[in-house]
Amino acid sequence: MPEMDKVICITCPKGCRLDVTREGDTILKVDNCGCKRGEEYVKAELTDPRRMVATTVKIQGSLHPLLPVYTASPFPKPRIRELLTALAEVELSAPVMMGAVVVKDALGTGIDILASREMKAAG
Amino acid sequence: MTIKDTYDVVVIGAGPGGLAAAISARQNGAADVLIIERDLEPGGILLQCIHNGFGLEVFKQDLPGPSYAQKFIDEALSSGVDLLLDTMVLDITPDRKIFTASRKLGIKEIKAKALVLAMGCRERTRAQVRLPGTRPAGVYTAGTAQRWVNVEGYMPGKRFVILGSGDIGMIMARRLTFEGAKVERVLEVMPFLTGLTRNYVQCLLDYDIELQLQHTVKRIIGNKRVEAIEAVAVDEKWEPIPGSEEIIPCDTLLLSVGLIPENELSRKAGVALDPLTAGPFVDDRFETNVPGVFAAGNVVHVYDLVDWVTQAGLASGKAAALYAVTQEHKTQKKIPIRSGENVHHVVPQHICAESLKDADIKLQLRVKQPVEDPVWVEVRKGANLVARRAERYARPGEMITVTLPVKAYDEVQSADDLTVAIVKR
Repeated sequence: MPEMDKVICITCPKGCRLDVTREGDTILKVDNCGCKRGEEYVKAELTDPRRMVATTVKIQGSLHPLLPVYTASPFPKPRIRELLTALAEVELSAPVMMGAVVVKDALGTGIDILASREMKAAG
Repeated sequence: MTIKDTYDVVVIGAGPGGLAAAISARQNGAADVLIIERDLEPGGILLQCIHNGFGLEVFKQDLPGPSYAQKFIDEALSSGVDLLLDTMVLDITPDRKIFTASRKLGIKEIKAKALVLAMGCRERTRAQVRLPGTRPAGVYTAGTAQRWVNVEGYMPGKRFVILGSGDIGMIMARRLTFEGAKVERVLEVMPFLTGLTRNYVQCLLDYDIELQLQHTVKRIIGNKRVEAIEAVAVDEKWEPIPGSEEIIPCDTLLLSVGLIPENELSRKAGVALDPLTAGPFVDDRFETNVPGVFAAGNVVHVYDLVDWVTQAGLASGKAAALYAVTQEHKTQKKIPIRSGENVHHVVPQHICAESLKDADIKLQLRVKQPVEDPVWVEVRKGANLVARRAERYARPGEMITVTLPVKAYDEVQSADDLTVAIVKR
């Protein structure tokens, strides 16, 4: 039995509301696409949804108690909560350079967690 | 670093607009450039915008806010820009004397040959949207909460309601969820989302946070601390619909109800403000009505993208450097740009006719009403079409740019004014 899904395409700001017909993981039809990028988006979104994740980790010895960090590439959406829990345990010491790898290969995904800014030692 | 008494170019504010202006001023011949910033470090609000989505136009990279800021901080420092941090500007005179106060230097007067205003914008507060009810702790602007959560490590509550579907509100809904809070509801008085669809999907839908359009806060409940808010549906005229009230228990209400350019200092310098943008009237080089005083970024009008703030900063810094070096105020013909059909405002509000000789001029505008059909964005001289651009739709939340090309130079020379309008294709 084909299933129907509604997906909002976020490839561009227009935000087309797509109607997707699929059978399991096979996409049969995508309606209401404003352009051809909609179909590619639907495929990625229904099979392996990913998101950029930005959060903070604790840091000692700097102007602020938190260091902003982000995923080097989009991270599997179902595992975001698990990632946040793991990052809540991380504690660094200043100084840290922008782009420094804070966690390598987070949760075995191959995706590194990077420092979003430099954080100098206070003083 | 010794702060001098006189600078070729002084920039007020070390956010993205100010940093770009300072860098550009140095690149365009200003011998010495100073940025005055009230925070302890440069970067502005980008430092608390830890989410991604910055730099897609300028760097072709998807960066978090702090990374975007740092690229410009590093460039400003390496290009020899002086930074005066932890310093408030108290007053500016029309002849560009700047009075500052800081712990390090006390009260200091600095003279600028050219000045760039880059103070950014402020959030609209509870008082400005007149929310009824008690006045307990727990009512904050979304940006204040963002600073606490992302920079200072302080969670302002556990159960949130957010008023306003602007981008900051939606991004904070996700951020608070990440930090273990429950976001009970996002309320939006307009019949449409005011932020980007991308943020609706990635911040609200992804985390099952409910958005109610055409709803607002009727009343805040609680004595010492917010205990609940009373939400209500509204009609097209924003009038509450009786019987639609709902009590939503929560301990914190965040307001994401708009940004207003911050122009207290501009007024002191004699800068005339456009009531439609709440920012200075500027020309195509971002010069205000006061000779030698320029303005860049969200202090002029609130942009959608930091990339455009950077571009405005670069343009104003260049113009400021040229003014400082030549100390000449060219009196040239200025042509007003008027808002036509379905256009709320246009920046710049006037252009120097002569500028079009060398380079295209970008006009940026917001529409009044959403149009979900293809439109032309037209620039007209009387009944004559001077330039136009096709858009697939026009929405108040998304700024539109239309370019006046160099080839329109001759036509524009004879114009008394130009009008920008939105018409259906």
